[in-house]
Amino acid sequence: MIAAFFFYLFAGILVASAFMVVAGRNPVHSVLYLILAFVNASGLFVLMGAEFLAMILIVVYVGAVAVLFLFVVMMLDVDFAELKQGALQYLPVGLLIGGIFLAELLLVVGAWVIGPGVPAAITAPISTTVTNTEALGLLLYTRYVYFFQISGLILLVAMIGAIVLTLRHKARVRRQDIGAQVARTPADSIEVVKVRTGQGLGSNSVGGNP
Amino acid sequence: MEFFWTYLWPLLIIVGQSVLLLVILLIGIAYILLADRKIWAAVQMRRGPNVVGPFGLFQSFADLLKFMVKEPVIPAGANKGVYLLAPLVTCVLALAAWAVIPVDAGWMIANINVGVLYIFAISSLMVYGIIMAGWASNSKYAFLAAVRSAAQMVSYEVSIGFVIITVLLCAGSLNLSAIVEAQNGPYGLLNWYWLPLFPMFVVFFVSALAETNRPPFDLVEAESELVAGFMVEYGSTPYMMFMLGEYVAIATMCALGAILFLGGWLPPVPYAPFTWVPGVVWFALKLLFMFFLFAMAKAIVPRYRYDQLMRLGWKVFLPLSLAMVVIVAAVIQYGGLAATAVK
Repeated sequence: MIAAFFFYLFAGILVASAFMVVAGRNPVHSVLYLILAFVNASGLFVLMGAEFLAMILIVVYVGAVAVLFLFVVMMLDVDFAELKQGALQYLPVGLLIGGIFLAELLLVVGAWVIGPGVPAAITAPISTTVTNTEALGLLLYTRYVYFFQISGLILLVAMIGAIVLTLRHKARVRRQDIGAQVARTPADSIEVVKVRTGQGLGSNSVGGNP
Repeated sequence: MEFFWTYLWPLLIIVGQSVLLLVILLIGIAYILLADRKIWAAVQMRRGPNVVGPFGLFQSFADLLKFMVKEPVIPAGANKGVYLLAPLVTCVLALAAWAVIPVDAGWMIANINVGVLYIFAISSLMVYGIIMAGWASNSKYAFLAAVRSAAQMVSYEVSIGFVIITVLLCAGSLNLSAIVEAQNGPYGLLNWYWLPLFPMFVVFFVSALAETNRPPFDLVEAESELVAGFMVEYGSTPYMMFMLGEYVAIATMCALGAILFLGGWLPPVPYAPFTWVPGVVWFALKLLFMFFLFAMAKAIVPRYRYDQLMRLGWKVFLPLSLAMVVIVAAVIQYGGLAATAVK
């Protein structure tokens, strides 16, 4: 009963905030509603007993990805009202994508209802004796190790690509070399000079304004 | 009647425990704040707050009253809802992390399997309080501070994550109580993880300073550059909630350090007179020790420049902690320690 109550609570807030992401007038509010949706989704994961996924959802999506979203949206200086003007003309596309997604979901659930043996045949068995973090680890590093490695490589390539695209070497920029600074000794960086009154340092002076 | 015993009674117990923990925590925070100012003053050969109550012991409560009776001002150009939500988010998230922290064997509100990840998730959410405040204030200084802080906190979370992974490899569990129990051994404090993972302890400490925006990494509120950073437009109770959230987050990081590296509630010497002392006392002492280090860092170290901060995070701590994850994993796997580490 309590689980059902919390399911409807999380699911209700999730759907409402997902709607507000689209309907919100201010993009920053939209991103904040998106974050609320993520947090509620992780609540649903906890209710299903997938606590590891729930926490990773918050750490990765809310803690890092959504921060970057928010960052970009806050920096943009756009006329929000103007941006929303043409939103209605994209409604058919949105409906189409939503419809395809709904059909796919129905197919998955349908297969599950019609043939209860199908998910068991194509997926790994669920272990009930270990915690789900351990079970995920055991599965990910044995049965799906190649997929795991490939996704890691794809991310690595994406990261290197982003760095290559944005890295510029500017000739005029004076960079700080911390190694060189630490390696300096008093002997090669300062000189103690005795200045006689009325004579100054003479022509062979070191440093100082001429 | 059955409804009462299955649902209502456990709910009442949880609420009671939470209220007790929060009251003790908040009173503790009041004195930690005072200790911070006293240590800072002592290093600079000042007296610190010494007027309100004996030795200034009631200073924090006087400050609390002062903030509560002040008038909250909301700037005209501010985004009102987000502006008021930001301090609330900071404060609630900081307090929520304490739900899983074990102060003694079995003394926690929720003993969940992914305790470390929960704290990590909460601390990664803390950045939202700052970004929301910076954006909603509609002020240049506040916004600059928010932009800085987002980059800073996301950067140092990465190295904290790797530090936590090395501890998890040694303990073989994500449960905070299990991590403490894994440090239990015949040599007392030599069994704790600060010794075998000493470089990681240092990385954790410095990253925790950066994650909680403490000096020398307080670029978020660098008063010489940004007036008061993201909270420049805030006053009275909302400001107090930011300060409270900040200090609770610091206490959380100290508690996490005590649990991961200093053996949580375990006594330093596992023999007779030390084992009589309740575990919660040892936990509090370790937390205070960590906080003393935080306070000394604030008093002694000058503020970092922003590019130096980013360099330290990405070019020093990230490779170092990545290498340590590989080294620790290799030592556990090939050093014959796997059997004892993973239960």
